[in-house]
Amino acid sequence: MANSRFSLLTEAAVGAMMLLGGIALFFLAMQVSNLGGFKRVSGYQVEARFDNIGGLKVRSPVTMAGVRIGEVSSIGFDSTTYEAVVTLDLLPEFNQVPTDTFAKILTQGILGEQYIGLDPGGSEQYLQQDSEITMTQSAFVLEEIVGQFLFSKAEESSTGGGF
Amino acid sequence: MNWFASIGRRGINVLRNLGRALLLLMAILRAPHGLVTRFREFLAQLYSVGVLSLLIISVSGVFVGMVLGLQGYYILSRFAAESTLGVFIAASLVRELGPVVTALLFAGRAGSALTAEIGLMKATEQLSALEMMAVNPVSRLLVPRFFAGVVSVPLLAAMFNALGVLGGYFVGVGLMDVDTGTFWAQMQSQVDFDKDIINGVIKSVVFGVICTWIALFQGYEAVPTSEGISRATTRTVVHSSLAVLGMDFVLTALMFGD
Repeated sequence: MANSRFSLLTEAAVGAMMLLGGIALFFLAMQVSNLGGFKRVSGYQVEARFDNIGGLKVRSPVTMAGVRIGEVSSIGFDSTTYEAVVTLDLLPEFNQVPTDTFAKILTQGILGEQYIGLDPGGSEQYLQQDSEITMTQSAFVLEEIVGQFLFSKAEESSTGGGF
Repeated sequence: MNWFASIGRRGINVLRNLGRALLLLMAILRAPHGLVTRFREFLAQLYSVGVLSLLIISVSGVFVGMVLGLQGYYILSRFAAESTLGVFIAASLVRELGPVVTALLFAGRAGSALTAEIGLMKATEQLSALEMMAVNPVSRLLVPRFFAGVVSVPLLAAMFNALGVLGGYFVGVGLMDVDTGTFWAQMQSQVDFDKDIINGVIKSVVFGVICTWIALFQGYEAVPTSEGISRATTRTVVHSSLAVLGMDFVLTALMFGD
């Protein structure tokens, strides 16, 4: 063919474009999205009950000392005790979490995402599959705190604020 | 009376054109064997439609990403939320700006060229000559061009997104001193592969179909004069841009409005 050189160049350029497109998509998948980040290896499930979970969502992180050791796998509601039942999916390598661990719902920054922070207790026994964290602290709800603050201010001025 | 008739005539014309466009699309889709028999042509079209659009797509991607980085940083730093700059850049690129801007650039860069090419073939009676020789111009000419467009737009959009993220990274981390770790970590935790990236790819495939379809239809139906071709080229860019923007709204509502 007379134009075989041209078509070879064309094919090479097309091949390069397809390769670049593939690389770009791979980059997006691994570097930009959650596909390359936190691996979803299912570990063991632990239950925790909260009076109020605020803005906690499924897949919210579970951390200990700030290190991510799992995520929230489901959120349910107990209609007899009116409590939220949160199932935590902890990674298998973190299998030495004491049974008297304290679970708190914390907020990243002032208005950020909510997550569960675990404070380890001193027990020698460790949490197993399906065990329950009994000591919990509810989410920080801004309106309640502001309400309490205003209430205590009002009380202060009505009792002691005379002068 | 005449006034009503003129409105009616326009309406009928719009519907007639839509019908013809749909018939052309069906004719293209019914002859995908043109892709196999004309594989060389398909590659050549991928080159002229896709590879030659690389430069404009890459440069626009980098600059759009850099502008997002700057604007995002100015606004987010007011709320002490610079750590979410990566999310802001990646999500807006992958979900909306990547597919849409790529499609708009593609319509201007490649769609207009396709229309002019097909339109000139029609004006110089090459299409009639093909038919005279019992060669189907749809499978011979339109099928390779159509699939070249449909394949290139998602690839170009992926490159636009990737370069945009890198441009935003350059501005955010390089110039504005956002922390590298937070930039990527926040992005990875907030951008979902299935919901964001796959939906973005689906969007760009749809836009590729729309842009190439409109371009080929306008060329194929162009009035075979120099004025007709110039009008058809203009209509390609205008119609493609409007269709892409309108379709983007519909797709976004379907994909992200749960």
